[in-house]
Amino acid sequence: MSFKFELVSPERILVSEDVDQVVLPGTEGDFAVLVGHAPFVSTLRPGVLDVTSGGTRKRLLVKGGFAEVDPARLTVLAEQAFDVADLDAAKIGRELEAAEAELAAAKDDEARLRASTLIEQLKSLQGAPRAH
Amino acid sequence: MASLKDMRNRIASVKATRKITKAMQMVAAAKLRRAQEAAQAARPYAQRMDQMMASIGSRVTSRDGVSPLLVGTGKDDVHLLVVMTAERGLCGGFNSNIAKLARQDAQRLMREGKTVKIFTVGRKGADNLRRDLNRIIIDRMDFRAIKQMRYSEAELVTKKIVDMFEAGDFDVATLYFSEFKSVIAQKPTALQLIPAKIPEAKAVSDGKAEASAEFEPSEESILADLLARNLTTQVFRGLLENAASEQGARMSAMDNATRNAGDMINKLTIKYNRQRQANITKELIEIISGAEAL
Repeated sequence: MSFKFELVSPERILVSEDVDQVVLPGTEGDFAVLVGHAPFVSTLRPGVLDVTSGGTRKRLLVKGGFAEVDPARLTVLAEQAFDVADLDAAKIGRELEAAEAELAAAKDDEARLRASTLIEQLKSLQGAPRAH
Repeated sequence: MASLKDMRNRIASVKATRKITKAMQMVAAAKLRRAQEAAQAARPYAQRMDQMMASIGSRVTSRDGVSPLLVGTGKDDVHLLVVMTAERGLCGGFNSNIAKLARQDAQRLMREGKTVKIFTVGRKGADNLRRDLNRIIIDRMDFRAIKQMRYSEAELVTKKIVDMFEAGDFDVATLYFSEFKSVIAQKPTALQLIPAKIPEAKAVSDGKAEASAEFEPSEESILADLLARNLTTQVFRGLLENAASEQGARMSAMDNATRNAGDMINKLTIKYNRQRQANITKELIEIISGAEAL
């Protein structure tokens, strides 16, 4: 059984496909969405979306956003998203730099937490960027 | 009376102008298509965000402790007008129409005794408003080097607005941009940014499911998060609409200019031919009367 998964950025729809399962990094903990999930809205922390469809898995890095779930659909609104398979060391390095600058400029705890979570995520990807 | 050579030069110069305006029109048409595509691609995000705002906004009934982005500061003494225009001219009334709307509102607010501050995005609006409102322009921003508006540009603008809001520089913020209706119609629009207006909840077909949704963390904190992002989304929408409107306005302005140049060439050519004919006739008469005199 599959359901519709859409990843929407402000500039365009990045992903729109039928998938079997998505694991999302919710602000209060990771959660998995299968078909027929109860209606649910959550904010996301910076992290990796794990998308399974058929036998293939895809990992997408988001820098926070929103997820809206209803029984037939999952919509993720994210300002920026990258396919982990497309991320090379140079790209991660650039993002890491930007995140560190953000951390230094962060004014409140929330922004600081967001930036440091992102840095952690990027560092773990840096260690094994292509590990699935 | 202009000599034949002068007239030939004149016609050549109008022809050169027509070539330029024709080229500009075609460039604008190509850019317009891209701008329209960008605006279209950005629509789903804004729509979903509106939907989410509407469904959460209707659930958050008590307004205590809600983000000031939604409820405002409780006053409306200081208004910030964010005027977004193009970086380039030669696009008909596009820039001046936006500036005119902003100027009217600024003057109305000032008559009502409010303080007005202006933040211009885009060079042409700043140039236009500077003439009489220079003392209330508090900040300006140019995107001269940018070809395609991206979300990061909207973030820059929003960050400035939010910083000013957090510093208590204003109570109400309004965004001025031109809404893209069609290639020939662009409507200057004022959109209130802060305090935010929550869109009306639309009756969705699966409305029951919507009502029983769970929220994590609380509705209030999601709403606060949404409001902050919605601001950027609105600014981004304004920028994209503006980009499309600008190209549409330029296209029709250049179309007019090309047509005018064509008319002018026709008129000048007729005048030139008459003059040439008159000269020939005159010369003939001179020769004939010279021969007769012999």
